[in-house]
Amino acid sequence: VTPSAYFLSHAWLVPLVPLVTALLVFFLGRALPKSVISVLCVASMFLSFAFSLGAILQLLAFPSGARVYQQILFDWLVLPGLPVGNLVTPLVAECGYLLDPLSAVMILVITGIGLLIYIYSVGYMSHEPGYYRYFGLLNLFSFFMLTLVLANNLLLFFVGWEGASLCAYFLISFHFLKNPALQAGLRTFLVNRLTGAAVLLGIFLVAITTGTVRFTSEGLSEPHSSIGIFQVFTAQLNQGILSSGAPILTAIALLFLVGAIGKSAQFPLHAWLPDAAVAPVPFSAFIHSAAMVTSGVYLIARMNFVYQLSPFAMNTVALIGATTAIFAAFLALLQTDVKKVLAYSTLSQVGLMFLALGVGAFAAGIFQLMIHAFIKSLLFLAAGSVIHALSGESDLRKMGGLWNTMPSTSRPFLIATLALAGMPPLAGFFSKNEILSHVYARSAGLDGYLILWIVGVLTAGLTSLYIFRLLFLAFFGRSRVPVEIEGHIRETPKAFALPLMVLAFLSIAGGWLALPVLWGEESPFARFLAPVFPSVSPQRATTSFAANSLQTEYVLMAASAVIALFAVLLAYNIYIKHPKRHIRIAEALSRLTKWGATTNTADNLYDILFVNRLKDLSLFLYSFDLKIIQGLTNSATSRAVRLLSRVSTWWDEWIIDGLFNFVAKVVKSFSVPLRMFQTGSFSSYAVLILLGLVILLGYYGHHVQYIVRNAH
Amino acid sequence: MQLYSTHLLSVILFTPLVGALLLMFVPRESANLHRGVGNLFGVLGFLVSIPLLRHFPRGSDAYEFIETAQWIPSLGAHYALGVDGISLFLIMLTTLLGMLAIVSAWNSIQQRTKEFYILMLLLQTGMLGVFLSLDLFLFFVFWEATLVPMYFLIAVWGRERRLLASLRFFLYSLAGSVIMLLGILALYFNYAKALPQNGSLTFDIPVLLAAAHNFPDSLKIWLFWAFFFAFAIKVPMFPFHTWLLDAHEEAPTAASVLLAGVMLKMGTYGFLRFSLPLLPADPALRAKIIHVVVVLSIIGILYGAIICIMQKEVKRLLAYSSLSQLGFCTLGIFALTPQALSGSLLQQINLGISTGALFFLVGMLYERRNTQLVSEFGGLATPMPNFAVIYLIITLSAIGMPLLNGFIGESTLLLGIFEANKSWAAWAVLGIVLSAAYFLWLYQRAMLGTVTHEANKLLTDLTPREYIILIPLVALAFWIGLYPKPFFDRVSNPIKKIIQQTNPAFYNQQGSDTAPSEAPYIVPPSETTNSSSPTKSAPKNRPQHAGAH
Repeated sequence: VTPSAYFLSHAWLVPLVPLVTALLVFFLGRALPKSVISVLCVASMFLSFAFSLGAILQLLAFPSGARVYQQILFDWLVLPGLPVGNLVTPLVAECGYLLDPLSAVMILVITGIGLLIYIYSVGYMSHEPGYYRYFGLLNLFSFFMLTLVLANNLLLFFVGWEGASLCAYFLISFHFLKNPALQAGLRTFLVNRLTGAAVLLGIFLVAITTGTVRFTSEGLSEPHSSIGIFQVFTAQLNQGILSSGAPILTAIALLFLVGAIGKSAQFPLHAWLPDAAVAPVPFSAFIHSAAMVTSGVYLIARMNFVYQLSPFAMNTVALIGATTAIFAAFLALLQTDVKKVLAYSTLSQVGLMFLALGVGAFAAGIFQLMIHAFIKSLLFLAAGSVIHALSGESDLRKMGGLWNTMPSTSRPFLIATLALAGMPPLAGFFSKNEILSHVYARSAGLDGYLILWIVGVLTAGLTSLYIFRLLFLAFFGRSRVPVEIEGHIRETPKAFALPLMVLAFLSIAGGWLALPVLWGEESPFARFLAPVFPSVSPQRATTSFAANSLQTEYVLMAASAVIALFAVLLAYNIYIKHPKRHIRIAEALSRLTKWGATTNTADNLYDILFVNRLKDLSLFLYSFDLKIIQGLTNSATSRAVRLLSRVSTWWDEWIIDGLFNFVAKVVKSFSVPLRMFQTGSFSSYAVLILLGLVILLGYYGHHVQYIVRNAH
Repeated sequence: MQLYSTHLLSVILFTPLVGALLLMFVPRESANLHRGVGNLFGVLGFLVSIPLLRHFPRGSDAYEFIETAQWIPSLGAHYALGVDGISLFLIMLTTLLGMLAIVSAWNSIQQRTKEFYILMLLLQTGMLGVFLSLDLFLFFVFWEATLVPMYFLIAVWGRERRLLASLRFFLYSLAGSVIMLLGILALYFNYAKALPQNGSLTFDIPVLLAAAHNFPDSLKIWLFWAFFFAFAIKVPMFPFHTWLLDAHEEAPTAASVLLAGVMLKMGTYGFLRFSLPLLPADPALRAKIIHVVVVLSIIGILYGAIICIMQKEVKRLLAYSSLSQLGFCTLGIFALTPQALSGSLLQQINLGISTGALFFLVGMLYERRNTQLVSEFGGLATPMPNFAVIYLIITLSAIGMPLLNGFIGESTLLLGIFEANKSWAAWAVLGIVLSAAYFLWLYQRAMLGTVTHEANKLLTDLTPREYIILIPLVALAFWIGLYPKPFFDRVSNPIKKIIQQTNPAFYNQQGSDTAPSEAPYIVPPSETTNSSSPTKSAPKNRPQHAGAH
């Protein structure tokens, strides 16, 4: 251990600071003035960011193979008796954190972008009621996201996973007096809850296969060493207990994939993300860039060794990613609401990340995650200041011509547009290129992957098209802003401008981390992450790192740049040069656009297929319960009671009363002949009595004798 | 104090009863005095139970604080009390909820206050007796004794259809009890039949169950079902749940809380204590029985949860949610793995906290608005922000959100079920997802949005007394959610013992190195009743892992 590990050993502060701030804000927020809350929150996020930065710098000082720092704070959950192999061991989930290149990048992205979003929020939310509630929830959300990426085991990770969905629910429903906000929030939460359940099952499967939930034992000293999912799986592979493609590995991978699909809003569970556009803009920016949608990508990257061992799961990841990428890019083209365009753009870009993960280019996926976080947060924040300036109007058809009225928003927006479209030498160019070149390299080894590459290239073209459409419609051309708003358009406050500038810089320069790719070297970013993605499957090692030759790389780069440029020209042609043409196209495709613009299409489908059916089932079961079950059990009891009473009545009537009556009747019937004896003369009575006595004595005497004899 | 330290359990058991007896001498007119005495003994009942938690030896797997005395020598019935890790938390839950329920009734009960407090205190003694008894006869007496106060609480202080509801409650419970009585007698006489020379008759629970271990399967099946019906009705399991709906809907808040929070857990406790040891030994037969119970549990989970979605009345919704959530607990018990059992036990406590709190909250709304229809509420967060926050926390606890108790309980429970059978766990998970749907939707409809009814605009937020009731529950929810270790420390060894007794295959299949080194199951009667903890083992070190190298 190097002497300077201060930030590493205090990395638990990174999530803790937002948590403490959240609690402070929740408990005291109502009493505190807004300025205090703002300072407190921004300062706390800055602290987190500083610690993240310090931690990553100290991690870099380690030798490249040993960049892992894991610390266990205390035993959090010790569950009794989990049988694994020959032993029944308790399942231990600590409260501990794992800092390796992957989580270091993640916390840096989350806290860095988080900090900018906090600063921006100070300006954006200043007029909203519930200011303290917003910041409390935002801090809580940051806490859960940071827990998610820093956790050293799956159960703690899951705490962050569920907590983040919960906070997202609150923040999406932030305007809780409005119904759409509530609905979108609930949808988000339920989709995430449903898919989170799959993650939980996946965790259980891991737990009962390996006996631990800790990701890795690297960086741990003696008492804890050797127990980690990665180590156990590797050992089981070496012992031949497991093999690549084993059903259990595929099951784990697919269960986690379901979770990732839900959280990262991939097809076919993507609908919640566009709906979630009702959230306050800064929060939208956060979940679309650094947080929330990244968690699915993170999960797959974190469990990469399981995916590597399951080709089927890998292919599924790639397929889902590619489908979402092109499908969402196409839908983005049809949207008329700025936030919706950006939402579909997010889906599409995250789809590219999935594509990268699916071909085994994990580092490229994470690189795309980071670059996309810069670009998308910039786009969202810039769009937010446009919406803010237009008094909440987010319809593209009521914008236009804002280039000069809002210079400090429109310039950064242009940079983000260029970056997203993948123009060299901006950041997006490098990240997209990394992915496409890996997909192409993979296609050499495996049939069918060429289609994925074509899909990727087409997505790149569509991306360029829809984002320039957005740029042109919002900032260029004739102003279509309603007159009553136009007078009020003002450049945004300083709090807005600073984050935009920083992000614009990152959108330009962020990609240069991969600059050496241009002269045929491995990207330093990928090299930094490489230890997290060790090659565990022999099959994979042979195919995926058969890198492209330098010439192929250049051709690929040129091709994607050309396609992007072509798309820009197309957009220019349609939206600037011949604005009428675009209206004509829109009219010609009106049905299509209408279908695409109603983002509720997927929602409606879910409604028709599941939600409404579930409600019907609920009503049906309730009436079933009332009529059948209650009827049966209650009538059974009441019938039983009635039957009992009838039996007892019968008993009373026939046995108890009956016996008496019977006796009476017998007596009566006997009385008929006896009456003949009722002569009234004493002497005849006396004779009869005597006679009776003799008979009785004779009869019973015999019996008594019998009994007495038997007794001895 | 000497008496207190040696007879801790008796003190806990009879403190409420003393209160009830005292109240009998308070004149009928002085309602506030009734309230005062009732509250005093409610609080006292909780306070005297705190040392139990403090002094209970962690890691013990035997009965502690045992007290025995001859009661009916001719029958072999004893006055025998004891606590182990399993009953410990249920007892604490009973004393806590009992106290809170009594405190909550200050304003809501205006008529017949004297009788009300007497019955509440009697009920508490009855419920505590069920969890504390080590003697089957005593157990049955307390089991029956809980029926009467609850019957009157519903029948006298309930709502419109209270007579029907209380009658139904009584009849159902009685039906179960009668069958259980047959089971108890069968157990007793069969033990007596196999009694060795100069052995004495006894109702001692550990002794009887240990003896039952050796009964032939044909007999054990009958015993199992006899006990099963009583517990299944009490829990309630599908399809015996119909009494619960009326009882919950009609009962006054305090009674609802105790009914949902504690009384239903008497059923799950019974499953743990009696039904598991009575499972037949033949694996095929046992699997068949477990299958029946599991299927009923899963039906209960899904059936209750689905019905909850469109439910219009809050208390009815909570009743169905009880059916669903207790389905998890019974499923966990019969999954027969250590996690499932400890998760189930923790979840029983959690449900006591969350469902108890939910009934308190609904009661508070009822006091303000006199209605239980969800449609009558809406947007309540605006007039009642603090109420909304606490309700939210409780809702999140009920749907198993991280950092709250429900998460720990549910995930432990699910892990255990998953270990036993993956498809059971898949069904159960569906229930969890549905629970999030109906609880959150209920919350949204009642609390969020704009205020839809004029009458709701001027509702008052929580009063200090209501804070006093709710804060402990919220605090407990967080405590268990953040640091559940103390709980697991105390339950894991007793549960290990249960598993070793009832599902020895679980430990044996894993190889010889973990073959139970503990005392053999059947212990001579004299030893079990007297020794406090024969196999008290030091906290075990974490075993080295086998798979890694």
